[in-house]
Amino acid sequence: MNIKASRSGLTLFFVYLAFYAGFVGLNAFAPERMETVLLSGVNAAVLYGFALIFGAVLLSAVYGFLRSNTNETGD
Amino acid sequence: MIYESSGLAIAIFLVFVGFTLGLSFWLGRRAKSAEGYFAAHGQIPWFVNGVAFAGDYLSAASFLGICGMIAFYGYDGFLYSIGYLAGWIVALFVVAEPMKQLGKFTFADALDARFQSPGIRLAAGISTLVVSVFYLIPQMVGAGALVTPLLGFDQWVGVVMVGTVVILIVVTAGMVSTTWVQFLKGALLVVFSAVLTWMILDRGLKVADGGADGHRFAELRILAGDFADNDGTLGPLTDVRILPPSDGWEKAKERFVRLESGGTTSVWLARRTSNEETADWILHEAQTMTKTADGKRLVNGRPKGVKKGEPELHPVGYVQSLPGDIRETGPLTAVGFLRTLQDSTVVLWRSEKLVHGDGSETTVYYPKPTPGGEVLRPGEHPTFRGIRSEKFTDKLNFLSLMLALFCGTASLPHILIRYYTVKDAASARRSTIVGIASIGVFYVLTLYLGLGAMTSGELDVSDENMSAPLLAKGMNTWLFAAISAIAFTTVLGTVSGLILAAAGAVTHDLLGSVFRVKMNDSEKVRMAKISSVCVGAAAIALGILFQKMNPTFLVGWAFSVAASANLPSLVMILFWPRVTRQGIVAAISVGMVSSMAWILLSGEAYSRVYGLDAALAIVPFSQPGILTIPLGFITLVAVSLLSPAPKSS
Repeated sequence: MNIKASRSGLTLFFVYLAFYAGFVGLNAFAPERMETVLLSGVNAAVLYGFALIFGAVLLSAVYGFLRSNTNETGD
Repeated sequence: MIYESSGLAIAIFLVFVGFTLGLSFWLGRRAKSAEGYFAAHGQIPWFVNGVAFAGDYLSAASFLGICGMIAFYGYDGFLYSIGYLAGWIVALFVVAEPMKQLGKFTFADALDARFQSPGIRLAAGISTLVVSVFYLIPQMVGAGALVTPLLGFDQWVGVVMVGTVVILIVVTAGMVSTTWVQFLKGALLVVFSAVLTWMILDRGLKVADGGADGHRFAELRILAGDFADNDGTLGPLTDVRILPPSDGWEKAKERFVRLESGGTTSVWLARRTSNEETADWILHEAQTMTKTADGKRLVNGRPKGVKKGEPELHPVGYVQSLPGDIRETGPLTAVGFLRTLQDSTVVLWRSEKLVHGDGSETTVYYPKPTPGGEVLRPGEHPTFRGIRSEKFTDKLNFLSLMLALFCGTASLPHILIRYYTVKDAASARRSTIVGIASIGVFYVLTLYLGLGAMTSGELDVSDENMSAPLLAKGMNTWLFAAISAIAFTTVLGTVSGLILAAAGAVTHDLLGSVFRVKMNDSEKVRMAKISSVCVGAAAIALGILFQKMNPTFLVGWAFSVAASANLPSLVMILFWPRVTRQGIVAAISVGMVSSMAWILLSGEAYSRVYGLDAALAIVPFSQPGILTIPLGFITLVAVSLLSPAPKSS
């Protein structure tokens, strides 16, 4: 049996992985950057955290859209 | 704090549990076959399954633990929210559809689809059992902690109650009733959290100098000379004696001062004022809980009361100052709440435990005014100290935890079995997307719930896990009753899923495939029910045994073991045709044993499980994932290359 995850899924996975790794790396090696107040008086830690959560929801919706529109069968 | 059971809370709670059990019995009539019992005939609608994912995943640790951690430490609890959600990306993009296409009842089905090997079944079955049981313990501990304030019972009664109700749910209808319980609970949790968040924003922020019981925490300004004159009294207050720091008090890390006046002793935290030249002191009123050698509890030196009005720890969690020196903000927007908090000062409370010569222990709770900028930055909680530490091993510990959270979700057996309750791969994908959306919304709300609890004046200084229910209690009793009942069904939903995953592993993988016990369909269901009762009974026993353990710590443990044992095989079987049966068995075994051994030899286990000094620990940091997940992959590749190539490649 030859079943693989879809190519669009893997691409989106690596996009998100980079985004998540950036967050973890910033926290570990430049935590003071996370304290910077950016938009509307909210700091980078909160904004990046929200972006990761909404980003996951957005990418999953994009993935659902791509898969249902292209009839991708797992190539 | 003293928790009095409320008739309304008990009534709502009983309605919830009664409804859930009734639903179970009703649905149970339809699930007679193994296909129905383990996988709900694969007929659950994808939207329902998606919300049930949220119900399955948002465990007591998510709801009570994360809200509590944010309420006591600020942003750090939100790191768990982010990590737990990010893990779903692995589940959706890599694992979901192949899992559905390869398997039938358990994730061992998917691993074994190519090989039909009893060895793989055995390894995957044992790993499912181990991960499920470690995940079960914190759920049971959380249930006990929840029932105590709600119904006024001992913790063990709560554990037995949850265990019994869950066994009834699982035995009556297996996956069908479990799914619907999880759907209900997932939907209610998200909706009620949104209602609570709206109420927090509507209430806004308010300056206070104590919690909701009206007690104002005092501050004494002391001249440096008052301490230095050494006559044993507090400067001009000659009737107040300073007790000498002895009998364990001399070992305190913070500077605590005990004052005795009129026969009562009070404890204060001494801090220097910011004026360095005068070197004056401020004494902040602290609270103490003493556990005497014969098991009695004293609050601030007096026997702990049993009903309101008697001695108890005062509730805490309040704002000391708001930007622009205003006293109250009024309703705030979602962004305005965070912006205002960023520029405020919040009084958080910390604790230190002291041991005395007669074997008694005193925990001192003391205030720590904290600028909003620190509340909303990562790295304040001990688990995340790696963020602000210069030590490389502390950094590795943080990276390792975030890696385990990312990799763990897609490897949890009770999440993986939910892919078999829908009809095809497209439904598996759609339900995962619905799951991610529901869980994502909930995790955004956790930040507001936690920060709302932090500023509610309702926190129990001795129990951070109660922050979310107490926040609701401060809003109104109905909401408290509803949130407590939802939190209880949260435990029911997650525990049902875990017991089902474990029962599936025992019946389908171990008995059916490894030991070749011949069972027809109805015998399989009967065996699964017997296994459910056994696993449930074991969970009750472990829940009572580990009742003092922190649920979040144990959940982190389960994630690390799941990711190390299961993820390498799950991923490599999809992407590498050269994988062999021997490689999979070795990867699961090495990942499981190495991660468990690492945890058992870590500083956290030394201090929290064995009660030893964490510095004696053999391994340099506590979270194993950063080493044991790659070790699982390396083992799989090395053993696969050393063993004969499978015929299909």
